[in-house]
Amino acid sequence: MEKFTQHKGLVVPLNRANVDTDQIIPKQFLKSIKRTGFGQNLFDDWRYLDEGYPGQDCSTRPLDEKFVLNFPRYRGASIMLTQQNFGCGSSREHAPWAILEYGIRCVIAPSFADIFYNNSIKNGLLPVVLEQKTVDFLIASTEAEEGFELDINLDRQLVITPNGERYSFEIDPYRKHCLLNGLDDIDLTLEFSDDIREYEKLRVQRAPWIFNKLH
Amino acid sequence: MSAQTLYDKLWRDHLVAERDDGSALIYIDRHLLHEVTSPQAFEGLRLAGREPWRIDANLATVDHNVPTTGREKGVQGIDDPVSKIQVQTLDENCDKFGILEFKMQDLRQGIVHVIGPEQGATLPGMTVVCGDSHTSTHGAFGALAHGIGTSEVEHVLATQCLIQKKMRNMLVRIDGQLMPGVSAKDVVLAVIREIGTAGGTGCAIEFAGDVVAAMSMEGRMTMCNMAIEAGARAGMIAVDETTIEYIKGKPYAPKGEQWRKAVTAWNDLKSDTDAVFDKVVVLKGNEIKPQVSWGTSPEMVVAIDECIPDPAQQDDPVKREGYQRALEYMGLEANMPVTSIRLDRIFIGSCTNSRIEDLRIAARVVDGKKVSPTIKQALVVPGSGLVKQQAEKEGLDKIFLDAGFEWRAPGCSMCLAMNADKLGSGEHCASTSNRNFEGRQGHGGRTHLVSPAMAAAAATAGHFVDVRPFLA
Ligand code: SF4
Repeated sequence: MEKFTQHKGLVVPLNRANVDTDQIIPKQFLKSIKRTGFGQNLFDDWRYLDEGYPGQDCSTRPLDEKFVLNFPRYRGASIMLTQQNFGCGSSREHAPWAILEYGIRCVIAPSFADIFYNNSIKNGLLPVVLEQKTVDFLIASTEAEEGFELDINLDRQLVITPNGERYSFEIDPYRKHCLLNGLDDIDLTLEFSDDIREYEKLRVQRAPWIFNKLH
Repeated sequence: MSAQTLYDKLWRDHLVAERDDGSALIYIDRHLLHEVTSPQAFEGLRLAGREPWRIDANLATVDHNVPTTGREKGVQGIDDPVSKIQVQTLDENCDKFGILEFKMQDLRQGIVHVIGPEQGATLPGMTVVCGDSHTSTHGAFGALAHGIGTSEVEHVLATQCLIQKKMRNMLVRIDGQLMPGVSAKDVVLAVIREIGTAGGTGCAIEFAGDVVAAMSMEGRMTMCNMAIEAGARAGMIAVDETTIEYIKGKPYAPKGEQWRKAVTAWNDLKSDTDAVFDKVVVLKGNEIKPQVSWGTSPEMVVAIDECIPDPAQQDDPVKREGYQRALEYMGLEANMPVTSIRLDRIFIGSCTNSRIEDLRIAARVVDGKKVSPTIKQALVVPGSGLVKQQAEKEGLDKIFLDAGFEWRAPGCSMCLAMNADKLGSGEHCASTSNRNFEGRQGHGGRTHLVSPAMAAAAATAGHFVDVRPFLA
């Protein structure tokens, strides 16, 4: 996965609560067996006026100019501000894949759905939880000032505004370590292979039915 | 040792290793797979030259993309070429790695969360994961079950473990008794309405109380299924006689001496009486009425005798804005009675409500009646081939067909409309599924979540009605 250490970029405010994964990437795009190609369909139902289908050329589709991602001033945004419970709904990892491919590296919200939070980190997308009033303040700042940027420093766990205001955020040390170094979880877990085998030996004695063959 | 919750016990029993930073390796007993979230995981495995850690932990089926008609044609019957490739890819991956899969023409095929329990592949005390958020369903068996993303699917395939942090404990207790005509679906909708779609975030919810103790396994699965709609990755229910009775004799359930040993172990799968929960919510069963969702989030729910709320009455600005958007999307007015919503389609199915008991109660409601002529389509989609077979044995298919319903082959169908079954733009649907998000059942479609009995009653009336008199 891609490393995340520090990132500075343009901010787009998606001022809605409970944005679900069906909105982030609608189901017709889940039919792909690849990990790429989802960026152009991020928020498909909100971004375009017509109904999208997989494999389409999106460059000629009619855009909904009222949707915030389509505002010219937010073109090229790489940080998204949004409201509570972002990413609720399904476990589809296509959601963070689509967000990343669109060019967003960090999402800031008062809260995230658990599975989405996890999926994001595994792909190098940084979810940052800040207090509701801070998020509201940052959204207002973004709307008030064209070209508003934020600086995200993962190592120091800080979000820094152009005026130098600093907001610190929490992240658990294991996830931070993986993000900072772009580490593959599977390799790290396989270092515990002996422990896993040891566990299986005990478990098969206590609960042998778990290991029955399926047929 | 201090008193433990059911979740604490399941966590303890699966702990392989703990790291210094507080994260833990949790062993996974059962891994369920379907065609949508697995292809990229298998590809990752292949690219890294890895093999699955324990083949027999895995069970796969196709459900999201499969058509619900023309099943005899098998994979060739899938018209959409992209869907077809996804189904074929799962078939190939399972064949290549030797993973057991119930393919399209297997009688045991069905929605992944229906087939696990039906086969006894889901058992008490297990950790069960699947690349699907409704994996919480399996927690009804006193199991620790939750959805995972595709990277984690690959991680489980390769290591038989997940890296986890312990969740907090939340207890949702429903005391007393339900009124006749009120079902598990109404209870869980009432719970979500009460605590909100983020109410359980970061928690494992245990459902308990007299109402849950009196529920069938089907009802308990419906409750745990929607724990995720309350923000909790996992929902669970303690093991009791009902659990054990349900599992007995299932194809993959332990037999003979193993069975006796298993039952002894399973009897401990409940929270200690003095266990402490981080959060407790209590509802009174006799106050719960049949519920209907009116908006685009599963917390936007009212009882059948209520009106649609007025955004102007909401204090919280984010909520007010959300209500306003939902009303616009749904084409509804504030303060209108929920019974006045005109319906276009009826969908009885999904991993929430497609088991035999769901079909029985819906059939009881429509028996001898007709689907209203104002309804364009009324679908019944059983959760698995075996549910379908059982229903046909009981003559339920006849009852539905005589009333004007269509009787289809098993799969996810109109729950998320990845196959040909979908809503048209602007259409209202009474659906027994679990999500009413914008466009969930088709572009511009408007979903109302209800119980199977309520969906059946709505089919006969053409709009929502209180099903209680039908079943009194
Ligand atoms: S029935 Fe619906 S919710 Fe259940 S697994 Fe299928 S698509 Fe998901």
